[in-house]
Amino acid sequence: MAETKSEFILETVNVTKQFGGLTAVKDLSIQVPQKSIYSVIGPNGAGKTTFFNCITGFYKVTEGDIILDGESIVGLRPDIIVKKGISRTYQNIRLFQNLTALENVMVGHHPRMKAGWFGAVFNTPGTRREEAETRKLAMDLLEFVGLKGYEYELATNLPYGQQRRLEIARALASEPKLLLLDEPTAGMNPSETEEMTEFIDNLRKELGITVLLIEHDMRVVMTISDIITVLDYGQKIAEGKPEEVRANPRVIEAYLGRGAATQHEAQAA
Amino acid sequence: MDKELKFTWSDILKYGAIAGVVAIYVILVGMVEAFNERYIISETVNLGQIALFAPVFLLGYFAANTARQIKSAGFAILASALVGLVGGAFVAALLFLGTHVNLREVFLNVSPELLGILHLGQEAMMGAIVVNLIVGAVVGFFGGLFALAPHKWSNALLVGLSIVLLMGVMQELMSITFGNKDWYKPIGKFIYAQKGLSWGGAILFLVLGVGYSLWRSSGKFRPAARVAKMPTKQRLSISLAAWALGLLILLALPRFLGSYPSEILTTVGIYIIMGLGLNIVVGFAGLLDLGYVAFFAIGAYTVGILTSTGKLATVGWSFWMALPVAVFLAMLAGVILGIPVLKMRGDYLAIVTLGFGEIIRVVVLSDWLKPFIGGAQGILQIPKPQIGEFVFKKPEQMYYIVLAGILLVGYVAWRLRDARVGRAWKALREDEDVAEAMGIHLVSTKLMAFATGAAFAGLAGAIFAAKLGSIFPHSFNLIVSINVLSLIIVGGIGSLPGVVVGALILVGLPELLREFADFRMLFYGALLVAMMLVKPEGFVPEKTHARELSEKEPLAPGIEPETPARETI
Repeated sequence: MAETKSEFILETVNVTKQFGGLTAVKDLSIQVPQKSIYSVIGPNGAGKTTFFNCITGFYKVTEGDIILDGESIVGLRPDIIVKKGISRTYQNIRLFQNLTALENVMVGHHPRMKAGWFGAVFNTPGTRREEAETRKLAMDLLEFVGLKGYEYELATNLPYGQQRRLEIARALASEPKLLLLDEPTAGMNPSETEEMTEFIDNLRKELGITVLLIEHDMRVVMTISDIITVLDYGQKIAEGKPEEVRANPRVIEAYLGRGAATQHEAQAA
Repeated sequence: MDKELKFTWSDILKYGAIAGVVAIYVILVGMVEAFNERYIISETVNLGQIALFAPVFLLGYFAANTARQIKSAGFAILASALVGLVGGAFVAALLFLGTHVNLREVFLNVSPELLGILHLGQEAMMGAIVVNLIVGAVVGFFGGLFALAPHKWSNALLVGLSIVLLMGVMQELMSITFGNKDWYKPIGKFIYAQKGLSWGGAILFLVLGVGYSLWRSSGKFRPAARVAKMPTKQRLSISLAAWALGLLILLALPRFLGSYPSEILTTVGIYIIMGLGLNIVVGFAGLLDLGYVAFFAIGAYTVGILTSTGKLATVGWSFWMALPVAVFLAMLAGVILGIPVLKMRGDYLAIVTLGFGEIIRVVVLSDWLKPFIGGAQGILQIPKPQIGEFVFKKPEQMYYIVLAGILLVGYVAWRLRDARVGRAWKALREDEDVAEAMGIHLVSTKLMAFATGAAFAGLAGAIFAAKLGSIFPHSFNLIVSINVLSLIIVGGIGSLPGVVVGALILVGLPELLREFADFRMLFYGALLVAMMLVKPEGFVPEKTHARELSEKEPLAPGIEPETPARETI
């Protein structure tokens, strides 16, 4: 996984997604540097999740190109894109509810496994080794996200915060180069949010992967992001380091309305 | 029930009326009369009476269950007895009406014999009405008692009564099977009277059932837990010994059982093979396939065409040569029929596969293929399987082929379940979009499920053809698909032992009750509805489902599942 072909792990070039007459994402170009934490923010309905769905291949983009590590992945099926190294979590947690935590993570490793029907039935040495390795990896990942001891619990029985972390463990099991997190702190209380923020920061430090983040919570975004892109009505309205974005009147306007923006300016002056 | 809980006198009337209407329904469809000769306990209790008063018992149970949440236990018992009384009144009213008005012009089943049964042994009309009321009230009362008894006891009683019922129903089978064995004669004489269990036998089985259930619930009976605590080596040898013993029993079974029970077991076995296959498609991968019988038919007809020595003889292969071809063709059909439905989900998939099943049936019946597969006349003279000089002629011998099939198919299903493929199937079942986003190739994973399930059905069909020696299109009705699906649901969807239990209940039991044949669908319907209400996870739930549905096993100490507290900025 370590080889890097491009300065940017992910580039989107003028990505546009239309649903009938509605343009959900318009001409969006971003460049995500290797091993960065890159956030996409914006008010509700700004097209953030649609953008994620375009990157992961769930939606076919109407126009534009998506380049992962120097290779175009536009138009590929979701399962191929995971193999290429992008994995994701969901805004409204979408675990395999009736599978155990361990099984969830092991499913995540699916694209890196080879065993087929015959391997499973005849229990070949290769299959057995692969299965054991996957199990080990899944156990380690569960420990990494702090779910040691919950391996055999059904996903649906885990508390909310743990479900979030289990989803991240599942995404990590596919050994991604780029991890897409869709509002990982949604529905969390302040202390849980802080924990999660630290955890995301750790992902980069310990595993060396790039994180592309959609987030609502400004504090989280401002704390950990290297670069932020702000969307409104499917278009990029600002981009830059957290402090630059924070001061941008268009951003404040998009979030809080025009009045707030002028007020903010007045206060700053 | 979102409404405020309440239980008033009008509710008693309502429950009683439901009980009465169901009882009248059971009477009018002819169940009571058909079952009346099946004595469970000598000269006292027969299946007809059980069918007649079961609704009253159940409604009494439900009434007490609801009533005790609001009012006292005494009131609940009274309510259930009154519900029974009302139910009894309905039956009495039918009796009265039937005696004075000729109901037979509309309801064929209201024969003088039936009315005689409803007299419950009383000569005079007045006496019969009173007895009906009293019996109704008493049965309702017991239903209420059952609801109020501690769960441990009511459960134990249920187990005891089920065993009594089962043993009563099995009388004929037992005497066919063991009748001429010396060791059985004294036992049989003690257990059974002329018709039904003797009182001694009934009490013995009741006590055994209750005792066993109480012992289990006392927590002392925990062989699995005890074995789990042992060191690995010992545990391994114990489980090995258990498997060996089980296999030995299965191998020896036909020797003890003889021809007729072996015949029943072979039929059950063929359904087990099909169940294990459909369980992969529906239980693991969550693809609701209602045309499953098509693959069964393909397996059977392939063996029929390739091996028949009758009018339609072709190559005249042996069973063993035709078998892999049958399995392969069924598998191929699974893939071919799978391709057009790849994009469909849930209900749509069910409808389309339902259509496939019908297409196969109609094609088999068609004039177009008649020269090859015989149309409605079917294929005759399919030879029995043969190894060397040994021919699998009798049911006791076919049993081994079915057993081998089950073991093979069961092994494959078991291996796949916990492997990469099985996990992919289960992920697919849980959430197709996410499964794809986790790198699972939907097309190949789905086709693999269809192919595996179809191959199992093909094997079952091949054995079926060889077992019967002749096959006809009407053996491959939609009802086969529905039977297989029902047995999976009853057993516990996704569970391998569940398939065996489901097949024994839905295919094995009806064979024990020949009177039952007319009411089979009624029974299935009632059982499925009851299962969905009371035990949706099935009799032997898939391990994970069991954990999900039972609240007894808590999470790690101090942690409870919580609903997310939604807050957005």
